[in-house]
Amino acid sequence: MNHWIVAPIVLPAILAPFIIMVLRYHLDLQRIFSVAGVVGLLGIALTITAQASGGDIQVYELGNWPAPFGIVLVLDRMAAMMVLLTALLALPIVLYAIASGWDDRGKHFHALFHFQLMGVCGAFLTGDAFNLFVFFEVLLIASYGLMTHGGGAVRLKAGVQYVTYNLLGSTLFLFALGTIYAVTGTLNMADIAVRVAELPAEDTALLRVGTVLLLLVFCIKAAVLPLHFWLPASYANAPLPVAALFAIMTKVGAYSILRMYTLGFGPEVEATQGLVGTWLQPAALLTLAVGTIGILGAQHIARMVAFCAIASMGTLLIAISMFTPTATAAALYYIYHSTLATALLFLVADLVMERRGGALAPRPPMAQSGLISALFFVGAIAMAGMPPLSGFVGKLLVLDAARDTEWANAVWAVVLIGSFVTIVGLARAGSLVFWKSHDAQHNTEMDPENDEEVEFLPAPEPMPGLAFTSVFGLVLGLVLLTLFAGPALEYTTKTAEQLFEPQQYISAVLGREG
Amino acid sequence: MEALVASAVGVLTAAGIFLILRRRTFPVILGLSLLTYAVNVFLFATGRLALNAPAVLNKYEDVPYTDPLPQALVLTAIVISFGMTAVIVMIALSAYLSSKDDHIDMTAHDSVDAPGEDA
Repeated sequence: MNHWIVAPIVLPAILAPFIIMVLRYHLDLQRIFSVAGVVGLLGIALTITAQASGGDIQVYELGNWPAPFGIVLVLDRMAAMMVLLTALLALPIVLYAIASGWDDRGKHFHALFHFQLMGVCGAFLTGDAFNLFVFFEVLLIASYGLMTHGGGAVRLKAGVQYVTYNLLGSTLFLFALGTIYAVTGTLNMADIAVRVAELPAEDTALLRVGTVLLLLVFCIKAAVLPLHFWLPASYANAPLPVAALFAIMTKVGAYSILRMYTLGFGPEVEATQGLVGTWLQPAALLTLAVGTIGILGAQHIARMVAFCAIASMGTLLIAISMFTPTATAAALYYIYHSTLATALLFLVADLVMERRGGALAPRPPMAQSGLISALFFVGAIAMAGMPPLSGFVGKLLVLDAARDTEWANAVWAVVLIGSFVTIVGLARAGSLVFWKSHDAQHNTEMDPENDEEVEFLPAPEPMPGLAFTSVFGLVLGLVLLTLFAGPALEYTTKTAEQLFEPQQYISAVLGREG
Repeated sequence: MEALVASAVGVLTAAGIFLILRRRTFPVILGLSLLTYAVNVFLFATGRLALNAPAVLNKYEDVPYTDPLPQALVLTAIVISFGMTAVIVMIALSAYLSSKDDHIDMTAHDSVDAPGEDA
């Protein structure tokens, strides 16, 4: 067995308790170990991506119990690329959290960070539906701690809402898994796929209920309308580097939809026909529409970025819900873009909020206004999907994949109008934050009380150089994703082909043909 | 037996959902607990109900047995929901202590208020 597969879970699982128990009073050591851990995770992720790129599906049997009796981890192209994305995202964020001093504003930031990485990587790698639930819980428990990191009345209140909503989601997940287990008698994803295909047509009612419940759970995680209500308040009130990390969490929901519904409950499978594609596509279109309206209406920069996250999830799920290889290849490319762009905007929003507060209203100028506005501009271009960055390529791929589908007109209209509204919303925010500051300065000069506040303030971060470096790291990621769009798309196309041949996955896991 | 278990799950879920829709945190947490009880009983029933049957196979005689897997799942679910309830009680308590208010909804003032500025 290839032990590299379990390494992305084992490394954070060892490191996080070590940080809590041994290094709890040594912030510097925590930082060193945390960064080293993330770099290690990146190395592991690169290794397993290289191993998976050959196209073999590798299976890791935990405790050497053969599937479907034991829990298995499965490494295929999609799992590998998602683990790689997690590691690529984690590195700039952990550096930013250190540089901005966010990790010092509460306890156990780095330990929770690694528990979160463990849950995310585990959710991507597991091949067992109940184990997926467990890893969801691991990443959620860590996210509760991270979301309320630093405290404060508003953040804690938002935290209560966030935890409540996700506990409800977990309960729903258990109901869904229970129903599916009651029908199929198994929890191994590959085995579920086999049993569902064999299910007689008259026995599918309960299975259809379970499938829809499961879809609802993943839609909660992916913030699909009308289950997106938790996202703006939670992300906007979380520490923003944490919100940037949470950009991967919504993708866990999207990943789970892709995994479960290409493997077992796809649109072609007779037992669950007409469930996923029918409902997911209109919901995704509405998600995109509501996200862009939210961008226009937001009064606060963090809330605006949160709505950007919802809008990009909408675009992503439009691509996923078509369930064709071309559209899935586009979706997988867009996952990379959307995660990096959302994280970039959250970090820029944090730079802004640390200097002048987050309200989208004229305030006096801030330190390094020019540099931050340039970064915001790059992030906005990427998010809105304008050339030359990868958002343009991603949206182009999604639109191209939608051309021959039933909903083509609606998809084109919503994506294009949505992009336009996003541009308007982000331009409005940018002008209020970066240009109107000079008007505000003008006003304060007339107001004798505030006269001294006009002075140029130093950067509030303890290590502004490192903070900006990590933000530029995300920009670099977007640029590379654009420059190497060809090879990236080639990889995602192969990944999508692998996903749409579930027989390969099933025979790899169950170790037999059929 | 089936009717009893089914109505127990139904009543617990209904009561849980009713309580979750309340405006203050304490009833909401109670509602979440009731829902987790409901899901535990439900998971237990997914292996089919069997009376007075062990959860092990007997290779010497053909006796009825009950499915052991849902019991393992319930155990996991109990542990997780127990821990989660503790977490939400702590977060709700600190939210109440810091804002002197245990309403679960956030007012317009809360959301416009710049987060991070208080930290």
